[in-house]
Parts: sequence; structure tokens; C-alpha cells
Amino acid sequence: MQEDIYKVQINDIFEGPMDLLVHLIKKHEVDIYDIPIALITEQYLEYLQWMTAINIDVAGDFILMASTLTKIKSRMLLPVHEEENDDEDPRMEIVKPLEEYLQMKSAANELASRNLLGEDTFVRNLNQKSLTIDQDDEIIAVGLFELIDAFQKILEKISVHRGVDIITADTVSVRDRIVQIVDILETRESVTFNELFSSDTDKSEVVVTFLAILEMVRLSLINIVQNRQTGIIRLFYL
Amino acid sequence: MEDIKNIIESLLLVAEEPLTVDRIKNILVQAEKKEIQNALNELSLEYENRKGGFFLREVASGYQIRTRPEYSEWIKRLIQPKPTRLSKAALETLAIIAYKQPIIRNDIEHIRGVSCGGILRMLLERKMVRVLGRKTIPGRPLIYATTKQFLEVFELRNLEDLPTPKEISELSDSASENIE
Repeated sequence: MQEDIYKVQINDIFEGPMDLLVHLIKKHEVDIYDIPIALITEQYLEYLQWMTAINIDVAGDFILMASTLTKIKSRMLLPVHEEENDDEDPRMEIVKPLEEYLQMKSAANELASRNLLGEDTFVRNLNQKSLTIDQDDEIIAVGLFELIDAFQKILEKISVHRGVDIITADTVSVRDRIVQIVDILETRESVTFNELFSSDTDKSEVVVTFLAILEMVRLSLINIVQNRQTGIIRLFYL
Repeated sequence: MEDIKNIIESLLLVAEEPLTVDRIKNILVQAEKKEIQNALNELSLEYENRKGGFFLREVASGYQIRTRPEYSEWIKRLIQPKPTRLSKAALETLAIIAYKQPIIRNDIEHIRGVSCGGILRMLLERKMVRVLGRKTIPGRPLIYATTKQFLEVFELRNLEDLPTPKEISELSDSASENIE
């Protein structure tokens, strides 16, 4: 027991409940298709207690898994009637996700063991490449102010065109607008800032479009570039 | 064209990203695709036989000259690259996206059993992952997929080049090593 506590503190800070489960299964060398559910549940709950004791924040995910395990355990205890024999083993609820998780873990290991670019293998222009990424960031940073300028211009245009705001029932959400812009970009790869604001839109739509553009930049969906000469702002699909 | 191999070699040296046969064909208009492919194969073989500091790799549907992993330490002394290594959690998330794409965040989190918003954002920032669009289900969640950069970094020709995930029975040995 004491040894186990020691081990937790030293090398295993479990990332999630699945990690803890995998650890327990490996530790007891049990077959994942025939998990001794009582033992594993008991151990799992013990670990949870230790983790709270050493101040690891036990998140809700861990509690959820604990309740799933307990549920399976109690279902295992129920007598199985003859006619219900073809019922699925209650443990399958945990075996299937475990299977998938283990598979993905091994896939991750396999990926990590490859010759990684920038780590094991290099290309001649690696430095240039990282430089261009920095430049891209700069274009976005500078572009943001230009973006606000452009936004103001469009707002001015609207107030000239129509003095009164017409209340429309169905306004587009930022989310919908992102989808619309993605649709445009998927067919054309790039679009100018002005094109996105059709001349007859009202103020709220302009704001929604502007917010959508900012959100897309944040999600690295698009890159915004301004031509120094013409001042035209273009959105590129990444 | 007799010097086609040399021309392609010079292109490979200068190119900023993996060169596809099509791209080379656009430059060497008069050459046949097959000629280009043969030249690439010959170059690759020459580098293999020479056993020099670099080799020709097929990545992201193209060809790229890359240094041999044996010499990575020396190169790191020269250019001190920014650390590119991904954390275990990030690698797992990336693997799930790579194998299950297109995939929404909820499904990724379901497999890992932990939330992964921060990791996803980091993978997006590092251009390993991109957003394909939104799924037409309630909440319209974002759909994630891997990028060309992902293929380049992990030296993969294309997504089919991903190693087949092992069955659990084969897995038990290798997995027990990882747990330590």
C-alpha cells in the first residue's frame, strides 16, 4: 500500500479516468475482455482517495467513471436468468471504450516514434519556414487595426444609405455567418473584406459579419492580408 | 532531356515544401510524368547508395530532401529549432483526429475521457489540425481534421500511409512498456 502511494506521487499523474483504468489493468495484468470488476472498482476508488489526499484535483470525469464502474459491478452481482442469457456482458460498457482508447494510445506512440520534422529530420529551409509563420502572425496583428478601420468605413456607408434601422425578425447568428463565409471560401479560396458586406445589410448584420471574421481568425480558419498599395483586405482560407 | 535528373535535384534543393510530380511537370512542361517519376526514383536511390547526410523522402504527396535522423543532434547545435515535441496528451488527441477524421470535439473527448479544448487550440495554432466546417446537428459543432503540415511533420505520404492501429491482442506487450 505505502509503495503504491509513493508511486502515484512520483510518476503517475493520471491525465484522465481512462489512464487510471489502463494503469490498474496493466498493474494487475488482467485481460481487458475479462476484467475482475470488483477488484478494479475497489482499486479505482482507492486511487481516487489518494489523489484527493495529495491534492490532485479530481475532476468530474473521474467521478463519472467511478459511478460507471460501480454500476457495472452491481449489475454483475444480479442473478442472470436463463432467458436473459443472450444479454450483453455489463462489462462491455467499459471494454469497448477501453479497447478504442488503448488502440489510439498505441497509434500515438507509433506517431511519436516516426522521424519527426524539426526533431529528427530537417529540411534545408526550416528557418525560412518558421520565419514566414511569424510574418503571417504579424500580418494578422497589423491587419486587425486595418480591419477596424474598414469596419468603420462600412458602418459609415450604411448610415448614409439608410437613416433608420429596420428591425428584422430573423437575424443571422455569428455561428451561421461563419458557416456562410466558409462556404464562400470553400469555392473560391479567397474573398475581399468588402464583398462580405453586401450594400443592403443593416447594422446588426454588419456587426455579426465582423464578429464572425474575428472569430475565424481566432480559430485559425482564415488568414487576413492587406495589399499595401490598394489597401484591399483579403480573407484567405487556411 | 538528359539533364532532367539534375534539374529536378536543383528544384528539390530550393523548394520550400514537398514537390509533387505535378508541380515538377508544370515547370518541366516537355517532360513526361513517368520520366519525372523515374528521375525521382533514381535520385532517391543515389542518395541511398551514397549514404550521405540526407535522403529523399516522400511526404504529403510530394518529395523533399531531408536530413538523416542520425545527424539531428548536430543540426540542433547549428539552428537551435524551437522545441516541436508534442506532449503525450497532445499526441493522443492528434492520433484520434488522424484516425477518426472528420471528427467533432465531443467524440474526441469521449474516447479520451477528458476535455481537450486547450490541446485542440494548440494543435490548431501549430497547424497540425484544421477545422473542416460544422456538423449539421444541434449545436453545430466544429469538425476537425489533420493538415498537410501534419503529414509533413510525421513523414507521411498521405492519410492512407498511417500505420494500421494494432489489435489489442498484439498491443498488450507494447502497452505495458508505456505505462512505466
